[in-house]
Amino acid sequence: MILFVLKRLFSAFLTLLVVSVLIFLLAHLAGDPAIAIAGKESTAEDIARIRVHYGFDRPLIEQYFAWCGRALSGDFGRSYHYQQTVSDMVMTRLPITLTLGVSALCFALAISLPLGIFAAIRPNSLIDRISLVIAVVGQAMPTFWFALVMIVFFGLTLRWLPISGNASWQNFIMPTIALGYFATPALMRLTRAGMIDALESDYIRTARAKGLGHASILFKHALRNVMIPVVSVSAVQFGAMLGGSIVIEQIFALQGIGWLSYDATVRSDLPVVQAITLIIAVFYVLLTLAADLINALLDPRIRIG
Amino acid sequence: MTLQRPRTLEVENLNVRFSRSNGVLHAVRDLSFHVEPNEILGVVGESGCGKSMTALAIMDLLSGRAERRVDSLKFRGEDIARVSGNEMNALRGDRMAMIFQEPMTSLNPVYTIGDQLEEVYLRHRDATRTDARTRALSLLDMVGIPAPRQRMRQYPHQLSGGLRQRVMIAMALMCEPDLIIADEPTTALDVTIQAQVLALLKQLQREFAMAVILITHDLGVVARMADRVLVMYAGEIVESGPTQQIFAGPCHPYTQGLLRCMPAASTPGQSGARLGTIPGIVPSLIGEMTGCAFANRCPHAFDDCRHGTIANMAAEADHAYRCLLPAGQSLSNFYETSK
Repeated sequence: MILFVLKRLFSAFLTLLVVSVLIFLLAHLAGDPAIAIAGKESTAEDIARIRVHYGFDRPLIEQYFAWCGRALSGDFGRSYHYQQTVSDMVMTRLPITLTLGVSALCFALAISLPLGIFAAIRPNSLIDRISLVIAVVGQAMPTFWFALVMIVFFGLTLRWLPISGNASWQNFIMPTIALGYFATPALMRLTRAGMIDALESDYIRTARAKGLGHASILFKHALRNVMIPVVSVSAVQFGAMLGGSIVIEQIFALQGIGWLSYDATVRSDLPVVQAITLIIAVFYVLLTLAADLINALLDPRIRIG
Repeated sequence: MTLQRPRTLEVENLNVRFSRSNGVLHAVRDLSFHVEPNEILGVVGESGCGKSMTALAIMDLLSGRAERRVDSLKFRGEDIARVSGNEMNALRGDRMAMIFQEPMTSLNPVYTIGDQLEEVYLRHRDATRTDARTRALSLLDMVGIPAPRQRMRQYPHQLSGGLRQRVMIAMALMCEPDLIIADEPTTALDVTIQAQVLALLKQLQREFAMAVILITHDLGVVARMADRVLVMYAGEIVESGPTQQIFAGPCHPYTQGLLRCMPAASTPGQSGARLGTIPGIVPSLIGEMTGCAFANRCPHAFDDCRHGTIANMAAEADHAYRCLLPAGQSLSNFYETSK
């Protein structure tokens, strides 16, 4: 188990190293940062001065290590636009996006696990059909459109929910549903398929031959095996939601990381974009790592090679 | 025998059907047989003859797609054909247990051996975890698993196929059942392991004085293990009787054909002799069948074989076969001459 954890940590570290290089280089491919900082009406001298001031004239490799060193100590520099430290800006926004992501994932799992399990127990039943419709619609409908429909219906017509801002928990309901629904089809179909496979497996036949009750067969013997791929996909979906929150936060004016990254991209606020991209990448890697570790706990075949 | 013990199992007219798009598939047709306490009943036949379906039907473990019809299914004298799912669940694992063909996949990969053994005991007995553990340890020891304490903590993937099948046997024995159905228990194992597992099964059957239905396609296994034999063909019993009588004087042409397919045993001392085969293929199981199911492959078939129902004939007491040919007619030359 310890060896397994060390291996996973090492590969997570390698992934982050590659990602950080890419983020650093991409920012430099996006155009001359000195011009972006200097603004439109600046002279060539201004630009040259800025280039020296920010160290853009030094070799890339040197800049990379300097950037990495600062990033590790939480210093992502100052925003070009707001004259505020990037870490302050990111740290005030991060909880909003994490709240949204966690609640969206919980929402997706709360919908997809019971529906997927029930659809597997009774294939072709009414609930199976309904869940298939939910999955197809969820897969086909663009998230932003679904969000707008909800705003019109629940926000403007019925006036049940606030449509923008992040003042109270009610502000999170519609964004959570919009973002969570996006992840529901994959998780639901995976649960259903896994459950059908499991229920037809030899070890479930053995469990039935032992005279075990339905609950034990379903929740003890089948579900644990079904959960293994669901955990992996959940982690990927959570990562995708962090990315997907850019659109959702924009629509609902939730001022989280996604909102900030859009704003920073529009303004070519390079340090902010870099910091956000790196943070999302770190989350992605941590989530995958967490999924691997959870699966190792669930499945001894992973744990004990 | 002073006091008549009820038969462990008595099956009357068991049918298993599947609805297919092209008709109804009769996997098992009008099967009637019984198992005495303390005997090993061998059920033999080729793939698809309905052996496993019969086993699953007795345990009420058929998949939802299969339809079971049975006039009566008496277990220790009580008809269990129409009992509730809960009552059947109370019997399964406790009074009747099953050992499956695939030891590699029959154990749940994510739970320890110990957990899976204890579970069945805790389900059927009012026992503590410690009781269940003690019981599991003693059974692992009994089925010849070395270092049972370590094995209890291990997972199925850490055990070989032979060990896993021993675990399955131990699991079946946890509650000392009256009946064990072993469905091809050694087919997936190496030959040397096969012999060990079979010897173990026979020894435990004697020790626990229980009834065993041993399903196999291997006549050698039947000869070594079974007290009585059922020969199945296309979902029917074509011959049944004490093992020695079946092997010494097979009456049904199919049984005779099967015995010729056995290497060595059929032609002792004649090394290099050609191994027998039964020409032709099994008839389709879809739709009703008239006449003898074996008629299209039978060397002796005549017109009457293809019409009506074929009644059971008694060769000797307790030895029956389903054929129009009289018993004792010497057919033994036929396969040689027909080559």
